[in-house]
Amino acid sequence: MKKFILDLIVKENVRVNKQYVLLILTADEALPPMLPGQFVEVKVENSPNTFLRRPISINYVDYKKNELWLLVQIVGDGTLKMSELKENDSVNLILPLGNTFTLPEKKDSKILLVGGGVGTAPLLYLGAYLKENGYPCSFLLGGRSKDNLLQLCDFESIGEVLATTEDGSFGEKGFVTQHSVLNKIKFDAIYTCGPTPMMKAVAEYAKRTNTFCEVSLENTMACGIGACLCCVTDTTEGHVCVCTEGPVFNIEKLKW
Amino acid sequence: MANLNINIGDLQLKNPVMTASGTFGYGTEYSDFMDISRIGGIIVKGTTLRERQGNPYPRLAETPSGMLNAVGLQNKGVDYFVNNIYPTIKDVDTNVIVNVSGSEVSDYVATAEKLNGLDKIPAIELNISCPNVKEGGMAFGTSCVSAVQVVGAVRKVYKKTLIVKLSPNVTDITEIARAVEAEGADSVSLINTLLGMAIDAKRRKPVLSTITGGLSGPAVKPVALRMVWQVAKAVKVPVIGLGGIMTATDAIEFMLAGASAIQIGTANFIDPAVCVKVIEGIESYLNDNNFSSVKDIIGALEV
Ligand SMILES: Cc1cc2nc3c(=O)[nH]c(=O)nc-3n(C[C@H](O)[C@H](O)[C@H](O)COP(=O)(O)OP(=O)(O)OC[C@H]3O[C@@H](n4cnc5c(N)ncnc54)[C@H](O)[C@@H]3O)c2cc1C
Ligand SMILES: Cc1cc2nc3c(=O)[nH]c(=O)nc-3n(C[C@H](O)[C@H](O)[C@H](O)COP(=O)(O)O)c2cc1C
Ligand code: FES
Repeated sequence: MKKFILDLIVKENVRVNKQYVLLILTADEALPPMLPGQFVEVKVENSPNTFLRRPISINYVDYKKNELWLLVQIVGDGTLKMSELKENDSVNLILPLGNTFTLPEKKDSKILLVGGGVGTAPLLYLGAYLKENGYPCSFLLGGRSKDNLLQLCDFESIGEVLATTEDGSFGEKGFVTQHSVLNKIKFDAIYTCGPTPMMKAVAEYAKRTNTFCEVSLENTMACGIGACLCCVTDTTEGHVCVCTEGPVFNIEKLKW
Repeated sequence: MANLNINIGDLQLKNPVMTASGTFGYGTEYSDFMDISRIGGIIVKGTTLRERQGNPYPRLAETPSGMLNAVGLQNKGVDYFVNNIYPTIKDVDTNVIVNVSGSEVSDYVATAEKLNGLDKIPAIELNISCPNVKEGGMAFGTSCVSAVQVVGAVRKVYKKTLIVKLSPNVTDITEIARAVEAEGADSVSLINTLLGMAIDAKRRKPVLSTITGGLSGPAVKPVALRMVWQVAKAVKVPVIGLGGIMTATDAIEFMLAGASAIQIGTANFIDPAVCVKVIEGIESYLNDNNFSSVKDIIGALEV
């Protein structure tokens, strides 16, 4: 897929909660094609200590409204400066980067998308994309409490939403891998993105139940285009770049 | 319109802008962003005799105005380059130059011999300055004796333009520059990364898997500029300057300090189209200041 360096315009900056913002970006020209799982590299302005671009997942693309959504968790100065962007500000991105998820062959496959924290970001676009292509899917979202479950309404408009919270304030109490659905239904495909311990637990479940499973990794990156070899993960084929061979990997390929 | 042509040994560059090894892949990674054939020279990834997996993750630490890397020369080896990569890049209409690394003199020699036969590779850059591999690498570039050994041995088998890339992690870089010049190097390029370190205080752990790594980006520019200035005065062969170049102005500063050409490294990560912007910026500078050739600004610093 052709990659672009684009200056997009902030159409809206939605404060989701204390730690998260949703940036809705647009452009005068039509946005290029982007696939679920892919990400962008954001240039952060006015942050002297943010030298490199910041990788952020494509949260959603609305081609009709010509919108690109980025869900940003504030963890350091780079993401803080992103969260302070105002309507009509311009933001420089490289996009689209990385690979995409592998869709199942059969449209009636039982598909589960498992996300935790900011890792739910790419799953919204994946869910929407699956639905558009005639695949029904369910979401299993995990968080510390209900406040940490993001974009619930958006997920509910696409498919069934199951949830776990550590304090029991929404859905079942516990971690995603403890959700009862995993004992009731044998899924054909599981896609997951979130904190590494969560993804590892999901991968373990998938291996145990012999389920097709892809995970989306978040390694630190410099170039995002396969030029610097800084972002590698260890696989059955040796060190490969997460920014080009990933971020989406089949668990069979990872040395987990 | 000013003339941008520069010669480095037998190597003819359409302009003095090259890409720094390890930061530009094999060039094609950047072709969505600009016409890469406009670049004077593309120096591809560090290549070794045998495949190397490089160092474990994490390999990157961001620093104020720069970054530390500990990639450790991950590459598939020279035979893979010759058979699989060379065919895909040989028709790019610019100079494609291979950066060669090794852990023993015989590795460098064997790799250089294999590259000598490739028509469309007009030059190699000998990396005797990588701070990220234990055995050898930088060790060759930090003593005159070993630098002389490796450059002398490669010069015997490599017939085309031989550039030697110097390490800044030395007491006196001019000594090494003179030593490799005497062994027949056609040019020296400098600087490779500066040995550095990053610590995660919260976890009380080093950030990089290798504890130390190589610093690059604007943070190293003043050091690089000083070293280019010193080396340009010490040797007769053309000097290629690099280290922290982000803009055309940075590039011009290196040329004023004595560099005949420059390389752009880390800046490619921030702006993947930076190379053509630097070329255009140098051209405007020459036109605005009534220089008819880029050669007129080499070492033109008034002191
Ligand atoms: C492919 C990919 C997709 C991503 N998608 C999103 C997304 O959709 N939304 C989002 O908010 N974030 C996403 N991230 C993570 C995001 O890139 C980092 O949080 C961001 O770079 C931090 O920048 P900063 O300057 O705010 O923090 P820094 O000052 O750089 O770091 C602050 C703290 O965050 C930690 N940190 C930095 N980078 C990462 C990382 N990659 N993963 C985990 N911890 C990190 C640091 O160790 C440090 O403790 C993604 C990362 C990758 C690689
Ligand atoms: C990620 C990365 C990988 C590098 N790999 C190599 C390499 O393989 N061979 C080499 O000679 N230099 C390598 N370098 C050093 C650069 O070519 C250059 O000398 C250095 O980064 C300074 O220039 P800059 O500040 O413009 O990046 C690497 C640098 C970086 C950042
Ligand atoms: S971030 Fe540079 S290769 Fe992946």
